[in-house]
Amino acid sequence: MAEIVIRNLRKEFGDFVAVKESSFTVGDGEFFMLLGPSGCGKTTTLRMIAGLELPTSGQILIDGEDVSQKPASQRDIAFVFQMFALYPHLNVRRNISYPLVSQGLPRADVRAKVAEVARILGIESILDKPVGGLSGGDRQRVALGRAIVRSPKAFMMDEPLGALDAEFREHMSEELRALHDRMGATTVYVTHDQLEAMQMGDKIVVMNHGVVEQFGTPQEIYDHPATMFVADFIGSPPMNFLRFEGGFRPGDRSVSLGGTAIATPELREEAAGRKLALGVRPEHIAMLDDGPYRGRIEAVEYLGTTQIVTLSTPHGTLKARTPSDRAARVGETVGLGFAASTLVLFDAGSGRAFRTAANAGVFHG
Amino acid sequence: MSAWSVTEPSARSKGIAAVLVILYTVITLLPLVWIIATGFKTGPDSISYPPKVIFQPSLEGYVNLFTDRTRATPEQLAAMPPPENFVDEIVQRRGEVITQPSKFGARFLNSVIIGFGSTFLSIFLGTLAAYAFSRFRVPLKDDLLFFILSTRMMPPIAVAIPIFLMFRQLGLSDTHLGMILLYTGVNISLAVWLLKGFIDEIPREYEEAALIDGYTRLQAFRKVVLPQAATGIASTAIFCLIFAWNEYAFAFLLTSGTAQTAPPFIPTIFGVGGKDWPAVAAGATLFLLPVMIFTILLRKHLLRGITFGAVRK
Repeated sequence: MAEIVIRNLRKEFGDFVAVKESSFTVGDGEFFMLLGPSGCGKTTTLRMIAGLELPTSGQILIDGEDVSQKPASQRDIAFVFQMFALYPHLNVRRNISYPLVSQGLPRADVRAKVAEVARILGIESILDKPVGGLSGGDRQRVALGRAIVRSPKAFMMDEPLGALDAEFREHMSEELRALHDRMGATTVYVTHDQLEAMQMGDKIVVMNHGVVEQFGTPQEIYDHPATMFVADFIGSPPMNFLRFEGGFRPGDRSVSLGGTAIATPELREEAAGRKLALGVRPEHIAMLDDGPYRGRIEAVEYLGTTQIVTLSTPHGTLKARTPSDRAARVGETVGLGFAASTLVLFDAGSGRAFRTAANAGVFHG
Repeated sequence: MSAWSVTEPSARSKGIAAVLVILYTVITLLPLVWIIATGFKTGPDSISYPPKVIFQPSLEGYVNLFTDRTRATPEQLAAMPPPENFVDEIVQRRGEVITQPSKFGARFLNSVIIGFGSTFLSIFLGTLAAYAFSRFRVPLKDDLLFFILSTRMMPPIAVAIPIFLMFRQLGLSDTHLGMILLYTGVNISLAVWLLKGFIDEIPREYEEAALIDGYTRLQAFRKVVLPQAATGIASTAIFCLIFAWNEYAFAFLLTSGTAQTAPPFIPTIFGVGGKDWPAVAAGATLFLLPVMIFTILLRKHLLRGITFGAVRK
């Protein structure tokens, strides 16, 4: 098992820059998520760690050793592909034993290891079947088997659940996480599904346009987004933004939205006459009978215990997640309360979050 | 079961299709059957009018094909010992004696060496080139591919005279090597393009998985790409072999002795005492066999090769 350190990693394809100076550290035994929309450079980053692409510049250290220019075969890393990439001309047993055969392991050892892996994954009964006729889940398990059989330093997984149908993904993601917990192997997992990332990951890196937007635990990223992109990408519905112009000084505990003071965590930075955005998660909005800041109910989506209420305010549309027992009628105007400690202030121009007492300890660089 | 189905053709259209297919098969196979039959006729039977469909089979054509003979006088014939085998018997019955084995065996072997040699070379080079074009960033890739294809844009025989002169200068005239190089040169563009199509269809992830699993790129190519490209390689090999095997014009122009292939040789069989049609037919029949066997052996691949890309596995 190993720690993976990424330093100023950059990858260009001709004129196109896929990854721009990314840095982060994957701790030993961590389940690490690379999250971002398609084309954000997350897969390229993963492929560089695995050695399937060579970086244009920057370093990749696995267990302290710089492997950035080494071929994949010398990095001792396993890779699970989205389409599984099981060798179609070999049966399940030979697929799983393939990485061991390349190491020249004696046949008896290979058989023993394959049997052990098959038992862990519960695929003993299909070992002698061709891979062609397997179900999606079994293919997934065989691909995992091929990855874990040689106990590599780390696992790379490129949207391994992407090819499965929704019902089965849930089950497989639990199975994956359980497998990781049992083996304790460093795992880097690429996904565009924020729920999957939150559910399974110990740490998340959010990427966009080849840049690392934020790096932290799922909770840090959810509660204290570093940029408006992260705030918008994580959460369903995502964080709301109330856009306004104004300023504040260090030590302020509120901002003024169209004359209404809204309490915030204690601010640690200064801004004046800037375009700003106040970020608030849907579940941190309360509908009150009175209150100075008001909004009009535009739509209500009933979700059982909660409901999503769409409100229009002078500073933009909000989506609030409120308990369903509080009746909400379209057309009604209500007072809005925001949980002060959860609010995040962004610079609407650059998208960066301002430091406050709440998020000061979270930001890495 | 429903009476009418979108996917299942009706009995009537199946019947019509069957009749058409059978008709086409008969029309296509008739010349082939006629050639094979003629090979087993005697000289007089082969030119009798009306043509004989039912005849007494004879190996005369095959004997003539493999031997050179001369007419013997009645005295010579009387002095000869009684025939030891069916070959002598056939020859003596017609008042001839065998002078030496004919060149057909050697010519046939030339065809085998040149045909399979050039096929192997085309496939070997073609697969490597196709893999490179398919997987690597080759500078001027599109131009190179067009250039390779452009070698097929005119009939090869259009360059017969320059090639004839080049071969004479290089000492390649009438050599096995010369003919193998020539046929490889013609076939390689087809091989590169066909094989590139097949290799493009193989997802890269298979090789990448092999690279991750600790294999070098060459090992990944050999152990993962080649087995999956087998279909494409087989069908490309058939196309290459058919061309090299049947090629007549260049073989006629560039070979006359040591490296002469069967196609220019067969017409020269017209030998002693008139046209020996059974021998020609026997030669043509034997000439058909290797490609037929090769194609039958690889036919499963060929069928999959023709429909490649159209059918998702």
